[in-house]
Amino acid sequence: MAKHHITATVNGDPVEFLCETEDTLLDCLRDQLGLTGTKEGCATGDCGACSVTVDGRLVCSCLMLGVEAQGKPIATIEGMANGEELHPLQRKFLEHAALQCGVCTPGFLIAAKALLERSPDPTEIEVRYWLAGNLCRCTGYDKIVRAVLDAAAEMRGA
Amino acid sequence: MRYEAPNTIDQAVALLAGEPGEARVLAGGTDLLVQLRTDLIEPVLLVDIKGIPELRQIKEEGGGFRVGAAVTGAELKEHPKLKSVWPGVVEAANLIGSTQIQGRASMGGNLCNGSPAADSVPALIAAGARASIVGPNGRRDLPVEDVMLAPRKLALTKGEIVASFLLPARPARTGDAYLRFIPRTEMDIAVVGCGVCLTLDAGGTCTAARVSLGAVAPRPLLVADAARALIGSKVDDAALKKLDAAARAACQPIDDKRGTREYRIKVAGVLARRAALIALERARKA
Repeated sequence: MAKHHITATVNGDPVEFLCETEDTLLDCLRDQLGLTGTKEGCATGDCGACSVTVDGRLVCSCLMLGVEAQGKPIATIEGMANGEELHPLQRKFLEHAALQCGVCTPGFLIAAKALLERSPDPTEIEVRYWLAGNLCRCTGYDKIVRAVLDAAAEMRGA
Repeated sequence: MRYEAPNTIDQAVALLAGEPGEARVLAGGTDLLVQLRTDLIEPVLLVDIKGIPELRQIKEEGGGFRVGAAVTGAELKEHPKLKSVWPGVVEAANLIGSTQIQGRASMGGNLCNGSPAADSVPALIAAGARASIVGPNGRRDLPVEDVMLAPRKLALTKGEIVASFLLPARPARTGDAYLRFIPRTEMDIAVVGCGVCLTLDAGGTCTAARVSLGAVAPRPLLVADAARALIGSKVDDAALKKLDAAARAACQPIDDKRGTREYRIKVAGVLARRAALIALERARKA
């Protein structure tokens, strides 16, 4: 069977790729488009390492097919920094040492950015619940939560 | 495996009905993609229903709401009115998975995945929701409690799709609630779930009730004896004690890694009491 020819936008740029029906959006981002910042952790939607936004909505790219991306705007970790200038969340993750091995980090950053776009002044509880679907097996949650709260404060100009 | 994304429900039904091999409906895909990856299912056709407007809308109808089967948990949460009228239903749907899962997962998928532990299903049953089903022979309605028959087994025939849920007009002084027990605070599957909806008269006596239990039987249960324990009472301690006993008596649970049979039965009674108290509070304010 012929492959699907998909056109979409990723981080504002028009992209096109070919995929089989069973290829996930994660497979397409990494293997077809070479955007390897989005990670595969569990591949069953439990760990959040593959988090991206589609139509502005936070999703696991391992639980979405590439064909479903037809015509959709997608945002990945590669679009987070503005050229050489890191996003405040990225800077605060570095300042707070909120990562160890780094595999979960792109997913945490994308998820945290989606939170702060909806809720610029979240409580710690809100941050923890929002990020419950992002697992860190180096057990760095406390620093991650502090980094998100600190970035939120900076972005509010507090 | 073919992929089709029709724009009308009739096209979707024709595709599903016309495929001689295994065909699957794709809504949010949060269960389906895991089953595909683990080879639990090997369909030759996926019909993506998210491009069908009727399945993606929340509309007011007859004083209640018609909720498209593919409306996501995040969209339910963001609806300006739905949560204030049927908070138990929206809270139940929002318990499914993480923020990421909420961006995709739907109540139609939750029901049609056919798990006895589906969180939104007991809440829909308690609220008296009806599923609107479209198939090759037209449209029919079923109470939500009649849609799932057993694990992975639905009362749908080939080509039929759950298109939407009708949440009825909420009577005066009516409140609903759903509680589930899991061993952690987030991201787990119900050990027991319980939905309660009750209506009070002006004097505070319960005149109508529906109680539904999940994860304690091969399918989500509507427990008539549990409702009878509340009706005619002021939802006082004596009524709650009867409710607890009726909920426990309805359970036929399995032992598994999430809980033993004895534990599930005990928890079902406790959750029924607690959910009834939340529903009572809401009914008093409604």
